[in-house]
Amino acid sequence: MFEIRVHGRGGQGVVTATEMLSVAAFEEGRHAQAFPSFGSERTGAPVVAFCRISDREIRLREPIMKPDALIIQDPTLLHQIDVFAGLKADGYVLLNSRHSLEELGLSELITHFDATRFCTLSATDLGLKHIGRPIPNMPLIAGFAAFSGLIKLESVILAINEKFTGKVAQGNIAAATEAYEIVKTMMKERAHA
Amino acid sequence: MLKQTEGSKAVAEAIALCRPEVICAYPISPQTHIVEALGEMVKAGDLTPCEFINVESEFAAMSVAIGSSAAGARSYTATASQGLLFMVEAVYNAAGLGLPIVMTVANRAIGAPINIWNDHSDSLSQRDSGWMQLFAETNQEAVDLHIQAFRLAEELSMPIMVCMDGFILTHAFERIDIPEQNQVDSYLPPFDPRQVLDPAEPVSIGAMVGPEAFMEVKYLAHAKQMQAIERIPQLAAEFKQIFGRDSGGLIRTYCSEDAETMVIAMGSVLGTIKDTVDEMRAEGHKIGVLGIISYRPFPLEQVREALLNCKRFVVLEKSLAVGMGGIVATDVRMAVTGSGLKGYTAIAGLGGRPITRSTLHKLFLQAEQELLPPVTFVDLDWEAVNKQLAREQQTRRSGPAAENMLHDKGLISAKFG
Repeated sequence: MFEIRVHGRGGQGVVTATEMLSVAAFEEGRHAQAFPSFGSERTGAPVVAFCRISDREIRLREPIMKPDALIIQDPTLLHQIDVFAGLKADGYVLLNSRHSLEELGLSELITHFDATRFCTLSATDLGLKHIGRPIPNMPLIAGFAAFSGLIKLESVILAINEKFTGKVAQGNIAAATEAYEIVKTMMKERAHA
Repeated sequence: MLKQTEGSKAVAEAIALCRPEVICAYPISPQTHIVEALGEMVKAGDLTPCEFINVESEFAAMSVAIGSSAAGARSYTATASQGLLFMVEAVYNAAGLGLPIVMTVANRAIGAPINIWNDHSDSLSQRDSGWMQLFAETNQEAVDLHIQAFRLAEELSMPIMVCMDGFILTHAFERIDIPEQNQVDSYLPPFDPRQVLDPAEPVSIGAMVGPEAFMEVKYLAHAKQMQAIERIPQLAAEFKQIFGRDSGGLIRTYCSEDAETMVIAMGSVLGTIKDTVDEMRAEGHKIGVLGIISYRPFPLEQVREALLNCKRFVVLEKSLAVGMGGIVATDVRMAVTGSGLKGYTAIAGLGGRPITRSTLHKLFLQAEQELLPPVTFVDLDWEAVNKQLAREQQTRRSGPAAENMLHDKGLISAKFG
């Protein structure tokens, strides 16, 4: 079982991100369970949501405390809450930021983890460019698909088409596709470095 | 059809497949998504003929359901927590009048302190209302139980609550098989009411009944639930024939054949318990699970039979009988009266506190070694409790307990996220 925890703020589509991840996994014939950390959602407040993906039926109903992957939709959360709590030593981290990990002052922190599994992506910019709104969730899911190899871009696109129609769907697909390519390119560069 | 969807959305689709004629509801978390989705279906003309009635309160919601059911319409509503409490007088009336209303309870704690999260306090407070109560373990079972509930309610002319864990199930996206309309139609015949308000054949419903007949009318409600004990397994078997899966029934066991320690619970926590039991089985522990699906009627004989071969049991429940201990545990102990079995009560998950595998693992090991006290408050922060108790000893004006607890834990208000 693979467990993903998504951190963000109310209004950034955190819950939707995990739901879409679960739909993408379902499209690949896998079992998936997405659920929010239940509370009164308020715009701007820290929000956490979870997604489990497995090849077997998922019976577990506890929150994800030892994630295999983190998607952090807002880098300002790093100063507010311990987003890395429980992250496995070989866990993936995808962080929404224009800046590199060094610029964000995370160099020391990631010595405790597998640095090759940390990645930043300027997802808010991709949301603004393709969707016209600073919503980073779809680019981050697609970036995560590229980074982890857990799900295919096509499945993410299927999930987008199930949720949205028309221009919104097109914008999200464009944002997701570009995010996927950016992360793939970054991974190739890292492999050659 | 298999779908990756939200529990609430799936339940709304299942309700629509049952062809309700009147839906009345007042929004309250975590039930709201269900009636919102149904409202959209009615508005879009996808669910017809059906009247969606917006009411001004939960009391009105149940009152409208009583009226529409008495007029011969298949009637549905949903609520939770304070909403259920607000409609209580009408809840008892629906059962006393013998009206087969189906209501989803998206289980949630009861205030004060105000809390929107999951536990089983709300529907369990209506234990003696005369309503049957079926508890879903998964969202698939929530879908399936609603279909079975309309059939059972209408056969017996008695109302049913289908209980599903608020947020944990209602807000979870997962793989759910949504039945086909023709399957539901072949399982659930049109509503043929025992009593109906019809201007062409006038009757009155709701007579005042004095001491000369009151006990008999009340006994009838009990007799109906005893009939349900027979019918629930039959309806689950018939359901399997048409829909191809096990859903519903009175109880469900897991790894129980050679179990020396049995864990008893209701609802979605059974999933986490089963995963814990798998871990413990792998380590050689003889532990099994008994899930109770039908809380009312309570299947005393079936529970007794499922437990008689074990040596000890622990009832893990998301409810608390203040001043006594467990609510479900009391019923389970009644079922095993005279057996000499050692029984433990574990109160867990109140107000949405997560129930984790690691906690359960420790708890079950202690149960196995018979080290548990009769009642355990799982993961209770004793330091916080003792601090407040000490404060109350020291100071007369110790102030509001909830605010003191939050302050002691370094929180300004309830923590979200």
